[in-house]
Amino acid sequence: MDLTAPSLTVDGAAARSAGRIGWYPAAVGVVIVAVLLGVMIGPAGPASWRVPLAVLDHLPLISIDSGVTAAEWNIIWEVRMPRVVLAGIVGSMLSLAGASYQGVFRNPLVDPYLLGAAAGAGLGATIVFTVARSSTADWPVDPAPAMAFVFALGTVALTYVVGAAFGGTKSGVTLVLAGVAMVSLTTAIQTFLLQRHSEVVREVYSWILGRLSSASWADVRMVSPYVIGSSIVLLLHRRHLDLLRIGDDEAAALGAPVARVRLVVVTAATLGTAAVVAVSGLIGFVGIVVPHMVRLIAGSSYRQLLPLTIAFGAAFLILADIPGRVLTDPAETPIGVVTALLGAPFFIVLLRTRQVAR
Amino acid sequence: MVPPIEAEELFMRIKALVGIVAGLSLLATACGDDDTTGDAADTGDAADETVGSATTATSPDIGATTPATELVGAATTEPATGPVPARIISLSPTATEMLFAIGAGDQVIAVDNFSNFPPEAAAKMTELSGYEPNVEAIAGYEPDLVATDGTNPALLEQLDSLGIPHWEGAVAITLDDTYAQIEQLGAATGHVAEAAELVANMQADIAEVIAGIPAIDEPLTYYHELDSSYFSATSDTFIGFVYSQLGLRNIADQVETSAGPYPQLNAEFIISADPDLIFLACTKYCGETAESVAGRDGWGELSAVTTGGVVEMDDDIASRWGPRVVDYLQQASEAVNLVVATQPAG
Repeated sequence: MDLTAPSLTVDGAAARSAGRIGWYPAAVGVVIVAVLLGVMIGPAGPASWRVPLAVLDHLPLISIDSGVTAAEWNIIWEVRMPRVVLAGIVGSMLSLAGASYQGVFRNPLVDPYLLGAAAGAGLGATIVFTVARSSTADWPVDPAPAMAFVFALGTVALTYVVGAAFGGTKSGVTLVLAGVAMVSLTTAIQTFLLQRHSEVVREVYSWILGRLSSASWADVRMVSPYVIGSSIVLLLHRRHLDLLRIGDDEAAALGAPVARVRLVVVTAATLGTAAVVAVSGLIGFVGIVVPHMVRLIAGSSYRQLLPLTIAFGAAFLILADIPGRVLTDPAETPIGVVTALLGAPFFIVLLRTRQVAR
Repeated sequence: MVPPIEAEELFMRIKALVGIVAGLSLLATACGDDDTTGDAADTGDAADETVGSATTATSPDIGATTPATELVGAATTEPATGPVPARIISLSPTATEMLFAIGAGDQVIAVDNFSNFPPEAAAKMTELSGYEPNVEAIAGYEPDLVATDGTNPALLEQLDSLGIPHWEGAVAITLDDTYAQIEQLGAATGHVAEAAELVANMQADIAEVIAGIPAIDEPLTYYHELDSSYFSATSDTFIGFVYSQLGLRNIADQVETSAGPYPQLNAEFIISADPDLIFLACTKYCGETAESVAGRDGWGELSAVTTGGVVEMDDDIASRWGPRVVDYLQQASEAVNLVVATQPAG
């Protein structure tokens, strides 16, 4: 089976039948439903049906007796809401970055962590925890997300330099291979550091494996500028990504600046990915599953795919986070586990559907 | 033009491997994140109850109900008549604290890379690791006793094959386990009387701390925070047992047992449970403070925050089961007294 020709087969019919605009209202609706469910369901706080009333009550000019106490509102607004918002931001950024990476590398199996963003972020955070934790304890700003961000960008930059040195940026293959090498390298360094400092292994891994559970508004504020900037750049390049689908040479023949597009898209996607990894840890599968989900239902033209992945990515992660909160209430189930549990069967179904379509 | 499948496969495989490593490491921390530290170098006077019998390594536990601990190597290879070990290596920070507290510190020639207490032990710190032990490096010291926490069966087999005696002090569940391990080490190192004295003093000190807790109708609740992502410990752990001695009720006990003794709690749950006390057990390594807890979104109004019930504990003592547990109980009891004093009468 030709894994390297993303979705060309499932492209047409669905997209045409739904029309050009058809999926956008549905996407908005899905996001609204996901957000509502996200803020209504949780292990503590008021009865679920009171939550929307309480939210309305807190809007300006509206006053409703929701029966929600101040303490309960505290839980909804300070704990649950930032978690839902952050999940939405992270989900949409990872999905968008995943779709863009898939386009730029013409490979349906890549995810936003391909070139080392996740491994680099993990190494950055690990360095803080193992080497500089006590000396930075008094800092007003937690250095771990900052270091994760810097190392994520640094690792991808190195990947790019290595890839460009050996294959030129025209070839996606060399970049992917360079990514494999950089991921191995950073992971090895991280493992070495952890092995030397096993007293912080738990802290590091719970940091890396998902921090939506301790999401705060500060996280939302920190990550938003990068995500917004990255998303705008990626959306502006969606037509170029469509050209790239037919091949580098063909796209170049049609006037697309292939190398530059690849560099800009990878940079923007990496910036956004690094930012969300820094605040939320590694959340797998979203970046692969959501773009494919959207391709299946709405076709694979990037013009439509990218905006839709933003919406469906947000909804997916918000919904995936709900079982994490209530499955083992009052304990947490890591979101990475939930996304993979949902993602792996989905992958299988996806492959089967494609075979049938063929 | 198209990326070769090999590259993807390789990449996926590496990712899978990384995932496995991550999972294993988590597992490893879950089962063995304890080390040892022991200070409490105090000895009252010879309280010898059952101690005498402990002199022989062949009768490992004396009056202690500890299935968790056994005197493996020493018992099998060094019966009562053998010489007292003079070249001890401790790969368990808890065992290190115990050894120095019973006066066996001079017999210790090297300790593992986490044995940071007492200072005399830290001076003997080496690159040896209890987690990733290098048996060649251990054998290079020509030890006549190796103390471990028993979490690495492969190491024990290797030590056996080299004929190096070893002693295991597994992660304790109750204070009796701690007492038993101290007495076993006393027996194994020729410090029976000091070990008995240490145990008696610990028992007396702990009884005094417990007696100082005011009687209250409703037990205080607490949350033991292992890190800032809200991992906690239930009462099925040693640290949970320690708190139960103070009559405290653990909010983490509401988690079903399938989540294990170290569950990750949900922030909404912690806030709505509104514990009277919050014990921070990641102050050194994570930098958590009472101020940082008060500054978290939604935490500012918690009872523990407003009444001074957020207590910064020592990470090391909280994860070990050595003699310094007395100090830990003392600090925790002061917090209990403080919080009780702020509660309205009745």
